[in-house]
Amino acid sequence: MDTVFLARLQFAFTIAFHYIFPPLSIGLGVILVMMEFLYIKTKNKMYERMTKFWVRIFALTFAIGVASGIVMEFEFGTNWATYSRYVGDVFGSALAAEGIFAFFLESGFLAILLFGWDKVKPGMHFFATIMVSLGSMMSAVWIVVANSWQQTPAGYHIVGEGLSARAEITDFWAMVFNPSSIDRLTHTISGGWLAGAFMVMSVSAYYLIKNRHTDIAKSSFKIGLGLAVFASIFQLMTGHSSASGVARNQPAKLAAFEAHYDSLAAGDLYLFGWVDENNKVVNYGVKIPGMLSLLVYCDTKTPLRGLNSFDPADLPPVNFAFQTYHLMVAIGFALIGLSLLGLFLLWRKKLFTANWYLKLMIFAVLLPQIANQIGWFSAEVGRQPWIVYGLLRTSDAVSKNVEANQILFSLILFGIIYLLLFILFIFLLDQKIKHGPDEEEHVVNESTARA
Amino acid sequence: MENLLNLNVVWFVLIGVLLTGYAILDGFDLGVGAVHLFNKSDEHRRITLNAIGPVWDGNEVWLVTGGGALFAAFPIVYASVFSGFYTAFMLLLFVLIFRAVAIEFRSKRESRLWRKTWDVLFSFSSILIALIMGIAIGNIIQGLPVDANHEIRISTLSLFNPYALLVGITTVALFMMHGSIYLVLKTEGELQQNLRGRVNNAVIFFVICYAATTMATLIYFPHMAQPFKDHPSLFLLGLLNMLAVANIPREIHHGRELRAFLSSAASIAALMGLFAVGLFPNFVISSTDPNYSLNIYNAASSQKTLQIMLWVAILGMPFVLSYTISIYWVFRGKVKLNNMSY
Repeated sequence: MDTVFLARLQFAFTIAFHYIFPPLSIGLGVILVMMEFLYIKTKNKMYERMTKFWVRIFALTFAIGVASGIVMEFEFGTNWATYSRYVGDVFGSALAAEGIFAFFLESGFLAILLFGWDKVKPGMHFFATIMVSLGSMMSAVWIVVANSWQQTPAGYHIVGEGLSARAEITDFWAMVFNPSSIDRLTHTISGGWLAGAFMVMSVSAYYLIKNRHTDIAKSSFKIGLGLAVFASIFQLMTGHSSASGVARNQPAKLAAFEAHYDSLAAGDLYLFGWVDENNKVVNYGVKIPGMLSLLVYCDTKTPLRGLNSFDPADLPPVNFAFQTYHLMVAIGFALIGLSLLGLFLLWRKKLFTANWYLKLMIFAVLLPQIANQIGWFSAEVGRQPWIVYGLLRTSDAVSKNVEANQILFSLILFGIIYLLLFILFIFLLDQKIKHGPDEEEHVVNESTARA
Repeated sequence: MENLLNLNVVWFVLIGVLLTGYAILDGFDLGVGAVHLFNKSDEHRRITLNAIGPVWDGNEVWLVTGGGALFAAFPIVYASVFSGFYTAFMLLLFVLIFRAVAIEFRSKRESRLWRKTWDVLFSFSSILIALIMGIAIGNIIQGLPVDANHEIRISTLSLFNPYALLVGITTVALFMMHGSIYLVLKTEGELQQNLRGRVNNAVIFFVICYAATTMATLIYFPHMAQPFKDHPSLFLLGLLNMLAVANIPREIHHGRELRAFLSSAASIAALMGLFAVGLFPNFVISSTDPNYSLNIYNAASSQKTLQIMLWVAILGMPFVLSYTISIYWVFRGKVKLNNMSY
């Protein structure tokens, strides 16, 4: 196995594992803000117990997110040294800004959120919760900006040639607001909201079915549902806007998403299918003719640039991009459906008695997770063979002084450690969920004991 | 001292400041981890763990940000050193991960075996983090085989040479001392009495290591001393370091723990200063050919980027400092356990 393959596999594996957690932090963060707001406003102790329960779940996801997050920063240097030298001037700035503007904010106020309940006044604690939530979204801002620059580079020029060639910033704001930043940022954050909302609904549905902690479960479910309805529909909008951006800025990627080969034909939209890359056809597919052209150009007849017009050396793996993209979109619609169904049941006052729906919602927690993962896979694999679109090839970007067996060794260790971590995470999450929120007497006792 | 007011120098200093902030702040919580197993009872271990509970994560952000700043300002140093230290840095990552989850997971179950396992992992990973960082510094002091294309090719085993190990152990000793003092500051009663005794041992351990490292450096790597010969006033930094260390047992004896802690922080800052002065203007001295050394000019980003980054730092650092100070203020005083504690 060569170093490029192993380095890609290691990066994909470590970032995919990491990416289980930040979306949960982003989503749960917003939900914590809503819950604590209700507590501050109503002074109802039930909301306090509810907030504290979800803070514990949040803390667990946040901890593993932090622990696994530092890995990628290191990997840019360890595995992708040529890339780092090439883009450090641009990419490094966004990463450093993330540290200064987001991580300090997040970690500082997290201390108050977790340990500060009786150290600061309730208003201050609420402020800390808002800041942690903002901080988790701010870190998404900078890392998505950095990644979007890889997709649609802007505000730079290339200096030097050969081994010493590199990108340097010419316009910081053009770099930050590169053509895909905003679309991809809103899409990513909204994906985080969905992950958090479905997590809250899943746990609440479990309690409702088991008939435990029903007051907190009902209230949590409604808060989660509110966010899910908003975020799932918002996600459709950002997704559409994002795809239109891909059509403008990364035509090869969009063509791969829909396996559109012929530049003279209008773009069709597949509901599903299997791409035969050798014969350049989609098998077992169902498509809406002209729909892709309609979405991109608002006209079903306009021809769309196809894969045939690109140098084969510049194309991503088509079927992989196609499948991940379509599964993501399908899940996106499923999330809208589940959210609206929940809203309908709530309106008919059947939400908390419809056991079939609640059972469905217990497992639906996996859907946003899958969509977030494969959405990133389609975005990143769709950019191949480029690490920086049109500028630097992935195969040229690896460290030249690192050998395959070194990467294999670290990859195996990451595999073992992350498997262990994941088992522990599920185990502890399960324990926390089974334990549930503290009972009322318990909280009263502790608060008098403390006073 | 001609022409020292330029962006490259400013960024050398700023990265030094970030990494010094890291060494002082994460240094004490790594030290708390390193001495963790000396505390025998579960209650004492919980108290010491909760002494760093609200702050360790924020302390580690100094490393993340220091790394990010190095990436942005001197990408060639970042790329060459990180890829050159590949296996060592992967090990560092693994222990950083273990340590973070050990802190978080330990309290989640009452079982003795569960807690013991995480205690051991927490302590050993804290020691290894300090050790690997020290070993990295040791290798930087010795110089590395940087080639004409800025690549560093060196076997992982040769990174673990005697001098580098000595610097590594000195770093562990330094953090043990620093962490023990922090614990004296945050505890009371019997636990605090135990810890007071340990601070003195830690100071002795550190001073022995420090003396050995200083001798070895002067004998084998005299280039680190050259700037001090050229500018004798810099010797004050070495003096400051010794005075700061000597002051620690005195302050502990008088029960002025905060001043002892500040002394130990000053000693870390002085050590980082000595290291930086010895290297300047290089980041990595090439043992292959001095012309290949990575310095603040040939390894830097463009002037434009250094300027942008300076604005980011000027805008961001006041916030960073105010968060840091307010968190330490909110969680000042002795540790008290409650139902949200670890």
